[in-house]
Amino acid sequence: MAQTVFAPWNDPDEKPLIQFRGVTKRFGDFTAIDNLTQDIYAREFFALLGPSGCGKTTMMRMLAGFERPTEGQILIAGQDMSRVPPNKRAVNMMFQSYALFPHLSVWDNIAFGLKREGRDKDKIAARVEEMLRLTRLSKFAKRKPHQISGGQRQRVALARSLAKAPKLLLLDEPLGALDKKLRQDTQFELMDIQEKTGTTFVIVTHDQEEAMTVASRVAVMDEGQIIQVATPDQIYEAPNSVYVADFIGDVNIITGRAAPQGDKVAIRFAEGQPEIIGTTTKTFEPGQEIHFAIRPEKVAIDTEEPEDTPNKLRGKVLDIAYLGNISTYHVELPTGLIVKAQTANTRRISRRQITWEDTVWISWTDTAGVLLDR
Amino acid sequence: MRRAFLIAVPYLWLVALFLIPFVIVFKISLSDVALARPPYMPQLDLSAGWDGVKSFFAELDFENFAFLTTDDLYWKAYLSSLRIALISTALTLLVGYPIAYAMARAAPEWRPTLLMLVILPFWTSFLIRVYAWMGILSNEGLLNQFLLWLGAIDTPLTILNTNTAVYIGVVYTYLPFMILPIYSALERMDDSLLEAAEDLGCSRLSAFWLVTVPLSKNGIIAGCFLVFIPVIGEFVIPSLLGGSGTLMIGKVLWEEFFSNRDWPVASAVAIILLLILIIPIILFQRNEQKQREAEG
Repeated sequence: MAQTVFAPWNDPDEKPLIQFRGVTKRFGDFTAIDNLTQDIYAREFFALLGPSGCGKTTMMRMLAGFERPTEGQILIAGQDMSRVPPNKRAVNMMFQSYALFPHLSVWDNIAFGLKREGRDKDKIAARVEEMLRLTRLSKFAKRKPHQISGGQRQRVALARSLAKAPKLLLLDEPLGALDKKLRQDTQFELMDIQEKTGTTFVIVTHDQEEAMTVASRVAVMDEGQIIQVATPDQIYEAPNSVYVADFIGDVNIITGRAAPQGDKVAIRFAEGQPEIIGTTTKTFEPGQEIHFAIRPEKVAIDTEEPEDTPNKLRGKVLDIAYLGNISTYHVELPTGLIVKAQTANTRRISRRQITWEDTVWISWTDTAGVLLDR
Repeated sequence: MRRAFLIAVPYLWLVALFLIPFVIVFKISLSDVALARPPYMPQLDLSAGWDGVKSFFAELDFENFAFLTTDDLYWKAYLSSLRIALISTALTLLVGYPIAYAMARAAPEWRPTLLMLVILPFWTSFLIRVYAWMGILSNEGLLNQFLLWLGAIDTPLTILNTNTAVYIGVVYTYLPFMILPIYSALERMDDSLLEAAEDLGCSRLSAFWLVTVPLSKNGIIAGCFLVFIPVIGEFVIPSLLGGSGTLMIGKVLWEEFFSNRDWPVASAVAIILLLILIIPIILFQRNEQKQREAEG
């Protein structure tokens, strides 16, 4: 059975749930969001990723209604939200600090939003029980927030924000306070819950691994602007700029001058070094500044000169970072440039041939890297 | 050893400055008034040996306590004190809560200054401040002159020597005791809780009632007890600002001691006052304890 790929952003007939239209937000002199336009579709798991101060939290707070855009419009389901206060929006937020009410039990925390709607008691109770089951908290319903663990508190916050079945759920660094192992488990749990409830999730995070794991699309932000929006694999394999390539994962950046050769581009990056050959769909002017970005795992490392490879460089092993399953070799070229090469440790450590100060060859194919103009 | 010493210090302090005076007052309350110095009987005469002690205890009785029930002045004074304390506590809360709230919401760099302003009145004598209120509230006082100048009134208002003046004096004097615990509770509150409440469908006002008030509950309780307990026995404010109609147990106590020189009855009044106060004091302690436990 062929599964249809979830990609509403490629469907011209699909109506976006959220539309940012030329949104600018200023705090005094500081511009937090700079003329931003972006669509987010229903049932998406959309991640806003960026360093602190890039404006991702401001974007989320504008969606929740805690901040108003200085210029531009935000539409949710086609409706302009600029005059709609937070308590009148079909949007709920899970706060970074969880913001659980310390004077209320887990049960009452989850019921809080439902009670404000004035639903009848049985319906509220049924919904709370459902949420408790969904987040596996039934045993802790009577406890107060300070009587449960951090991971449980995180799930209470999630249950509370999902209880009103919002059209849109905002998650502000939801897993920031959890330790790594718990965080990984919770990431899958979040995806699971998102799928089960069919809610649109917008998550703010500075952790690229987290964004890559959970999101259907990732928006990489910097200084109030979205630099690139794409699926996690595109963001990783085809970044549109050095900033994105550098922010997501580990990367080697080699800067030089372009020399187009038919459908390929040669990069001259240093005197006495061979040119790097890469393929691209973009056009580069001869002599234009060009950045060649290649992931360490796509760089092969050998003790002998490889044959039949368009790109090979000689260098010296400067450092080896042993990570158990993989090792990263820092190879210094004669020009002083350091290139990282990564290999899986398929052999026992005693059988490995490459060690410090060895002269090695690093090589890659002409499609392994990305050519960037900025 | 060290531990025992550390525990002993506060206990010795309490025994010397609370228990011994209490026993003395209690003993006087069981004595009879006498034209002597000191003005009560019997005196413990240890030179007479065991018989002296026996006859001393034989003469002690609860007559004075019985006397308090015969004259309705006393229970009326107790009730009136309780009423005045209750009303002034409520008024102080009404005035103090908004001030504490505004302080807690003020920009962080302003908070120390605002806190200083609340504590500042303590730098002048309490007595002088109450006297100053006499100058403000009297018929020719600043308040009446101001109102006359505004044209709001034609004849001066009689405020001094009424219960109103007592309430004004109490609210003014005890306001810091209300503000400080409420402020400390509100200041600790995480602002994102209010945002969460709004996000879940609360208006600003209902978020205040459902989140801010419950979370400042301990501060409110502490503030109310800190005002209520001393106001019951308050003497200076009712005697300076209150009138002949202001009946408070502190005033009765003072008159029994100094005007009537009836130390035994005055002591009995004091003992009953203490018994009345023990209930709110215990409740206050329990609240403090619960708060400490909740904070872990």
